[in-house]
Amino acid sequence: MLTAPNLDYALLAPILVILGAALIGVLIEAFAKPAWRARMQLIVALGAIVVAFNFLVRVRNQGSSIAAVTSVSVDGAGMFLQGAILIFAFLGILVIADQDNFVSQASALPGSAEEAAAIQAGKQQTEVFPLTLFAVAGMMLFPVATDYITLFVALEVLSLPLYLMAGLSRRRRLLSQEAALKYFLLGAYSSAFFLFGAALLYGYSGTISLNGLTDAIRGSGGNDVFLLLGIIFLSVGLLFKVGAVPFHSWTPDVYQGAPTPITGFMAAATKAAAFGATLRIFYLGLDAAQTSWKPFIAVISVITMIVGSIAAIAQRDMKRMLAYSSIAHAGFILTAVVSLNQNALSAALFYLFAYGVATIGAFAIVTMVRDSAGEVSDVNRWVGLGKKSPLVASVFSLFLLSFAGIPLTSGFVGKFSIFSAAYESGNIFLAVAGVLSSAIAVFFYLRVILMLFFADATNDSISIVIPSILTRISITISAIFTILLGIAPSLVFDIAQDFAYFLR
Amino acid sequence: MSILTSMQLLPLIGALVVAILPASNAKLVKQVAFAFSLLVMLVAIVMALSFDRNNSALQFTEVRTWISAFNINYAVGIDGMALVLILMTAILVPIVFLAGWNESENGRWNVKVFYILLLILETMMIGVFSATDVFLFYVIFEAMLIPVYFLIGGYGSGDRAAAAMKFLLYSLFGGLLMLAAVIGLYIISTNQGGGTFDIARLSELTIDSTTQNWLFLGFFIAFAIKAPLWPFHTWLPTAAKSATAGTSTLLLGVLDKVGTYGMIRFCMSFFPDATKTFTPVIITLAVISILYGAFLAIGQKDINSLIAFTSISHFGFITLGIFALTSQSLTGAIFYMVNHGFGTAALFLTAGWMIKRRGSSQIADFGGLQRVAPVLAWSFFIAGMSALALPGLSSFVSEFLVLLGSYAKYPVAAILGTLGIILAALYVLLAVQRAIHGETPATSAGISDLNLREKIAIAPVIAILVLLGFYPKPALEVINPTTQTIMTNVGVSDPIAKVVK
Repeated sequence: MLTAPNLDYALLAPILVILGAALIGVLIEAFAKPAWRARMQLIVALGAIVVAFNFLVRVRNQGSSIAAVTSVSVDGAGMFLQGAILIFAFLGILVIADQDNFVSQASALPGSAEEAAAIQAGKQQTEVFPLTLFAVAGMMLFPVATDYITLFVALEVLSLPLYLMAGLSRRRRLLSQEAALKYFLLGAYSSAFFLFGAALLYGYSGTISLNGLTDAIRGSGGNDVFLLLGIIFLSVGLLFKVGAVPFHSWTPDVYQGAPTPITGFMAAATKAAAFGATLRIFYLGLDAAQTSWKPFIAVISVITMIVGSIAAIAQRDMKRMLAYSSIAHAGFILTAVVSLNQNALSAALFYLFAYGVATIGAFAIVTMVRDSAGEVSDVNRWVGLGKKSPLVASVFSLFLLSFAGIPLTSGFVGKFSIFSAAYESGNIFLAVAGVLSSAIAVFFYLRVILMLFFADATNDSISIVIPSILTRISITISAIFTILLGIAPSLVFDIAQDFAYFLR
Repeated sequence: MSILTSMQLLPLIGALVVAILPASNAKLVKQVAFAFSLLVMLVAIVMALSFDRNNSALQFTEVRTWISAFNINYAVGIDGMALVLILMTAILVPIVFLAGWNESENGRWNVKVFYILLLILETMMIGVFSATDVFLFYVIFEAMLIPVYFLIGGYGSGDRAAAAMKFLLYSLFGGLLMLAAVIGLYIISTNQGGGTFDIARLSELTIDSTTQNWLFLGFFIAFAIKAPLWPFHTWLPTAAKSATAGTSTLLLGVLDKVGTYGMIRFCMSFFPDATKTFTPVIITLAVISILYGAFLAIGQKDINSLIAFTSISHFGFITLGIFALTSQSLTGAIFYMVNHGFGTAALFLTAGWMIKRRGSSQIADFGGLQRVAPVLAWSFFIAGMSALALPGLSSFVSEFLVLLGSYAKYPVAAILGTLGIILAALYVLLAVQRAIHGETPATSAGISDLNLREKIAIAPVIAILVLLGFYPKPALEVINPTTQTIMTNVGVSDPIAKVVK
């Protein structure tokens, strides 16, 4: 006889709300009047995020974290990241709502008569809202999933909408579509790796759950070829998503090609989700086999931060530069995986939050710097921006200083906490490598600040568009968080500390 | 709230007030900023008067929780060394404001931004010397680079953007090395019964010698870049050449002191064993700095570069005095830090006026200045005499103490250092001769003398140089307890002179 499993809806409610809102978004796209769509989509999306956040706050004190028959464990770290992803989604959607960045009709070929007609008619499809919500739902599921199947489903649910969203840019459509295709192909490839790794681990342990994996490793001693191969393949899939070297090559292309509001949202939220899952898998599932994977991840971490920092120096495109910077940050956060202690976990949570907020703000500012043909992401054309719009340039510099880890910004506290956790775990070389690559990275952040403030504008063709009120709110909130978490980090750090635990 | 906290808050409030003033009214902005800096100076003097000089413990302490997760506190307190440096800072800032009343007007941004940056910088300069929590110190140490970066890059002259960038990159690199060491120290304290950043408790840790050496280097390199010690000095001449006279004064006079201050406060108290291990190397570097700075100063054609290289030489003396580790040399070094602050101020400010009037910073473009602008010329002369440590000026006392103290332990270094004094006479007198004596070229004939505002600005600097030269006792009395504490902490005592039979 088959009894219906107890799903524990309360714990899943935040995710379900977002999924439901995404479905409503699809219906709006199909049935609502074109003139109302954008507004309705925005209200539904933001409303759903607020409601989901509210549910999340309420499940905080639930006795058990297990939902959906042990497939999901909404524990401290999971809840923190879900909350962070919801905040990123909120800030991201405010920027996405500036529809000017998106193609009027995605299905029309670039340069075709159909496209011209769509633009002529002033059409503006708003499918980006439900797509974002689907991605958010996947992202919220990814860090709380505790078996391979759920992990894989979550990975696909978050990835598929992102592939599409990357191709939605209104300008430079071919570049955007190239980015989308590249992202899709490499993403599919890495998903295959993930799945293959999961299959090998299943073969090793005979169960699909991470808990079962731990028990199997404890039982067998953890030196099995299936286990090792499984770990490697699974890691490749995860490292691809977080953008670690040598699986990073998609990052600059996709960051550059995707519509900038999407890039910002993706950079922040995907990183949080992917690191959430990575941390859970390594902290919970593979903890017992740490001697076999620690050196591997440690090397990846060092290479990632060094390559990211050095390659960023050579970039002439703002979005590519920020992409390499995000790679370097992935390297820093990977040190937390190797550290494998509770302080590292809370540091990683704080870091992901601080980095994500600043990233959304920085990309939101990139959307504002334009000439007649659209966004200008060529760094050399940003010269003298400080003269033209001191406020925008100052806020952008604030985000860069935070990425560089200058004290009194949130980035500094993140770096400090994550490196001290690495030091504490005995991986002193990771802390030193992190500090040295931060020193390299400082160079290119400062070079941008130098260009903004100390160079005279060479031509007058770029300008700052007056941002919509929504973009302005998003940037303001990001800037306030960046400063506030630099001056009073306890506001979020204490929460991260309280929530820094995984439950089986 | 400790008087130290209010002293830090005052300039910050000043910056906020300036921020809401209308940018068009430059005069009002300057007056308000100046008033705030005067107020800070008054508070500093009041604090100095109520400082108990017989007490070697930290005074005016205040501790407030800042980041509880890491046991990081807002903790301030001062001893004699910090007191004299804070007093020097608080006196220099209004002088710099007054001396460079108009130097903010040719900047990339308006006058308001200049004063906001300077007032923020003053907050941080006071904070950096009063912090007794390593994390707090580090945060200010790094954060204070940002206003200086904008002051050089926005209001300097010549290739100011490149100079600002070079300055910032060097300093940040050193700072990040120090961050690694700070983290290391924190983790060690965590393993020894509770993580802390409190300086006093960190000095009590037992650290094995290998770790000590590495952590020492992390701190020392950061401070050597800041100080700057040869071979970490290359950012200084470009920065000094590009910055405005006022910024240079604060940069060399106050900010660079954080380097030598840090060597004493952190390197020596945390790592006494490593200090002894590295002392020979550091003494060598210090002597090289003395001679290298002096030799290069002789060859400089630009006044600001000349002053920068003399400073490298002087920082060599300070470092020599610190690491020679005798009570005389250490007291001398701390006193040297104060005298160098005022001496550099006198040099940069008078040189700044000369450059502004003549429109050139080349020494060769001046000549016979004493005929057309006697007060300016003789002020420059006295500043120069202070740089060569003429007896009767305060720098003589400190240089003498440093050399005397070092001779007891490192006679070769002290003798080579003395060579630096002779070279100093050469570079100062050559510059003085070329600039203020001789024929007055037609191009210099129109140079006007100091006006009342400038006279008021330079008078206290010269007065302090002379006063402390003849009567250094008050300063030395304040510094002495600090010296004793440090010597005890490192575990050294003064060598006893050998009796020749």
